[in-house]
Amino acid sequence: MTAVAEIMDYDEVLRNFDPVLGLEVHVELSTATKMFCGCANEFGAEPNTRVCPVCLGMPGALPVVNGTAVESAIRIGLALNCQVAEWCRFARKNYFYPDMPKNFQTSQYDEPIVFDGHLDVVLDDGETFRVGIERAHMEEDTGKSSHVGGAAGRIHGAEHSLLDYNRAGVPLIEIVTKPITDAGERAPEVARAYVTALRDLLRSMGVSDVRMDQGSLRCDANVSLTPKGSTRFGTRTETKNVNSFRSIERAVRFEMRRHAALLNEGAEIVQETRHFDESSGETSSGRRKEEAEDYRYFPEPDLVPIAPSRDWVEQLRGTLPEMPWERRRRAQEQWELSDEELRDLVNAGALDLIAATVDAGASPSEARSWWVAYLTQRANERGGELASLPITPEQVARVIELVNEGKLTHKLARQVVDGVLDGRGGPDEVIAADELEVVSDDSSLQAAVDEALAAQPDAAEKIRGGKVQAAGAIVGAVMKATQGQADAKRVRELVLAACGQQ
Amino acid sequence: MSTISRDEVAHLAGLARLAVSEEELEKFSGQLDVILDAVARVGEVAADEIPPTSHAVPVTNVFRNDEVREGLSREQALRSAPATEENRFRVPRILNEEA
Repeated sequence: MTAVAEIMDYDEVLRNFDPVLGLEVHVELSTATKMFCGCANEFGAEPNTRVCPVCLGMPGALPVVNGTAVESAIRIGLALNCQVAEWCRFARKNYFYPDMPKNFQTSQYDEPIVFDGHLDVVLDDGETFRVGIERAHMEEDTGKSSHVGGAAGRIHGAEHSLLDYNRAGVPLIEIVTKPITDAGERAPEVARAYVTALRDLLRSMGVSDVRMDQGSLRCDANVSLTPKGSTRFGTRTETKNVNSFRSIERAVRFEMRRHAALLNEGAEIVQETRHFDESSGETSSGRRKEEAEDYRYFPEPDLVPIAPSRDWVEQLRGTLPEMPWERRRRAQEQWELSDEELRDLVNAGALDLIAATVDAGASPSEARSWWVAYLTQRANERGGELASLPITPEQVARVIELVNEGKLTHKLARQVVDGVLDGRGGPDEVIAADELEVVSDDSSLQAAVDEALAAQPDAAEKIRGGKVQAAGAIVGAVMKATQGQADAKRVRELVLAACGQQ
Repeated sequence: MSTISRDEVAHLAGLARLAVSEEELEKFSGQLDVILDAVARVGEVAADEIPPTSHAVPVTNVFRNDEVREGLSREQALRSAPATEENRFRVPRILNEEA
């Protein structure tokens, strides 16, 4: 096999094949404690300080289910339009790997807590695509291994491994889509849009931190190709733990092109897991599936079945917040947005930020203008998301307020915002530090006006003669002299007054 | 009647990380046969109206409140570990397998 996989041109892939996707998303719940014990569920604690006999798999230790985690699982299912099981059990998934000290993961097998739902996903052009949900089940996260020796912490060539079990037992919900067969050329985009929509949904429900960078939201992408005209699914590969929205799209696209090239040569696709390399945008071979998948599931004897009453389910349905798609519709109405304006704002990830800025006192149009235009541009320059910019909606609202009061020009306002983004404090602090406030104090402006009139006697003469449009040149000179800090309207008044026109 | 083959026993031993000798494979497959036959007799009396049961007591929905409980200190957790390094459990290198 060559080091660099041969891949096919994307358009050619689509001429010959239909892609089939299956997405598995793992979500760590943000409960206070782990799934089966009272250890704190906390990211970033010192190694092995959030552990107990249950999550360390010590003999005789018995698990007890976290009721809040079950509630979250049911609520997630309801938000995804799923059925809730009348009765279901946990199962042991047996495997030997040091990330699980029990030598099995407590999961659910053929009796998931919720099943058969869908999520409507809005694509970049505003079109809605329905993704079917096969099931979502409860399980526990594994410990974190680091590999010592070998190249850069990779498992290959490692001398030995070190285990931190703080994460072992953290509540995890695995959400599995039905096969997505009709996405066609938009398959990579659908994959990204689905995970993004799921993230937004889970965040609005407050059930998870949904941080891909911290691993609280992880996506495995299954891809296979069906030759045009055939109805049989091809052999799939599973690209694991792709950890950004953009990477999901790239990984799916790459796998489609790689599969197509192999199939075109008459080669077979190996059913295996693949790893996505962020820097090259390519996937590489991981573990072969057929050897590893023999988990010998059986019902967990230490945990009794879960039988959610219909009353309980309806009560939980009542706790669901406004769904992101309802929120979008409401924003569109209240802020009087066109479909296109709404789409741009949603794509920029600006909806919540604008809403918070409006709550802080700004008008919707001004708030929207700042977030969708200037701040989106700044976020792009920094290569980050809008929401991770170090400026709060309250600070943006304050800048808008100062502009409306005439204390900042638009140019100055951008300087103030830049100062905030540079970590130099809030708007008022940046203004004070840089003396950015608009100069509307007549005595200091008058001197600049007199100077400009003296420097341009021709223009001054014209104004005195009634050609008030010539004032523009003088105002411009004053603005330049004051480095844009003068109140242009006031300067104009002073110029006209000095020339006897008012 | 043999219900479990030598190969299956070898496969299970591999999954369970047990080193089983050739003689033991022979011996265990015979013994496991006896056990499986005995368990299979349950099937003779289990009629369709009797649902498969995984728990002896008819109890459901046993939940714990989502409240933090003191666990082990790191020293306690690591005390019985065969090897530790950087406050973590140290394990031999893992070959050809990834979770």
